[in-house]
Amino acid sequence: MNNTRRNFLKFLGLAAAGLCTASAGSALAVGGAGATTKEGPQAVKAKRWAMVIDTKKVGTKETIDVLAKACHQAHNVPNIPTKQNVKWIWAASFEESFDQPNNYLDEELEKRQFPLLCNHCTNPPCVRVCPTQATYQRPDGIVAMDYHRCIGCRYCMAGCPFGARSFNFMEPRLHLDLANLNKEFPTRMRGVVEKCNFCVERLAQGKQPACVEASNGAVVFGDLADANSEVRKLLREHYTIRRKPSLGTEPGVYYII
Amino acid sequence: MKLYNGGKIITGLVIFLGVFLAPFAYNAGKAAYSQPKLKMPENEKECVESKEFMRTKHMQLLNEWRDAALRDGKRVYVNSKGKEFEMSLQKTCMKCHTNKAEFCDKCHNDAAVSPYCWDCHIQPEGVKK
Repeated sequence: MNNTRRNFLKFLGLAAAGLCTASAGSALAVGGAGATTKEGPQAVKAKRWAMVIDTKKVGTKETIDVLAKACHQAHNVPNIPTKQNVKWIWAASFEESFDQPNNYLDEELEKRQFPLLCNHCTNPPCVRVCPTQATYQRPDGIVAMDYHRCIGCRYCMAGCPFGARSFNFMEPRLHLDLANLNKEFPTRMRGVVEKCNFCVERLAQGKQPACVEASNGAVVFGDLADANSEVRKLLREHYTIRRKPSLGTEPGVYYII
Repeated sequence: MKLYNGGKIITGLVIFLGVFLAPFAYNAGKAAYSQPKLKMPENEKECVESKEFMRTKHMQLLNEWRDAALRDGKRVYVNSKGKEFEMSLQKTCMKCHTNKAEFCDKCHNDAAVSPYCWDCHIQPEGVKK
């Protein structure tokens, strides 16, 4: 009889612990019993995706517009005719693109336009500042976004030194051609930030990015970690520069000058 | 025993009970709630998982699909029977469930939930202004 209270308390403790572990265990497994996930069979993979752009071939507003059109069509990016426009890839001058001011630039280079897009940096400041981890870096170097988690705080836009991010100041569907949407890809909603995603959804299907496909070989995409890849071959053979290398973000987009 | 302010208390109680029970009186005699009739896909009999699982857990499954596809790059779901599906709301779910109004909305409206899927995702019938 002396033991009753002690035993009762022991039993109570054990029961509580059991209940805790049981409920935690059941909360972990959500997918159907025995279900697993895996990569698609056609997916192309790389250690570090990178892009090399031959600006001698895509060096005018018209040629860059072709790339932008392909990209924006593939990703349902609206065209808003104000300063609040959304862009994933766009054209800019040498001075706007690179931090190498030169008062006596040769005429050809002064006129040339450069396609600018998210650099998918190795050290992306946007990922560091995102408070919700809506922006994250994939193991293959792509800086991607989960729009479900974006709260529209725009820290990433302040953090990005390349202006690669756009904010949806208004409902983007008001400025989209709703009859010609790409039904394989979502749109965005008002109040989220968006940017180039290096076409992760196309890479998963074994396709090349939309701008690469539209560029007729002027834009090349490949694995920077593979010494035999086409991007590495181009980097070996040509003089290339990157945007703002002094900031140490290690951009993944290279420009052949 | 004497009940002080008995008249007021009892009137108060009667009014309270009247208001409290009004919804029951209002709904008395009406048909009981029945699950809405959904328009099921014609060409497909089996969903990704069992009917019961999908009914209770489709939201968790969609969350898991989103995280696996976006963050881990794993876009193929192998279900408990070994069948493979691409993890995509627009490309997998809505290819069979081609009518959002006759499928998704029916239960969601009854349950008074308004998930924000379609603020961004494009339903099969397209988007109208």
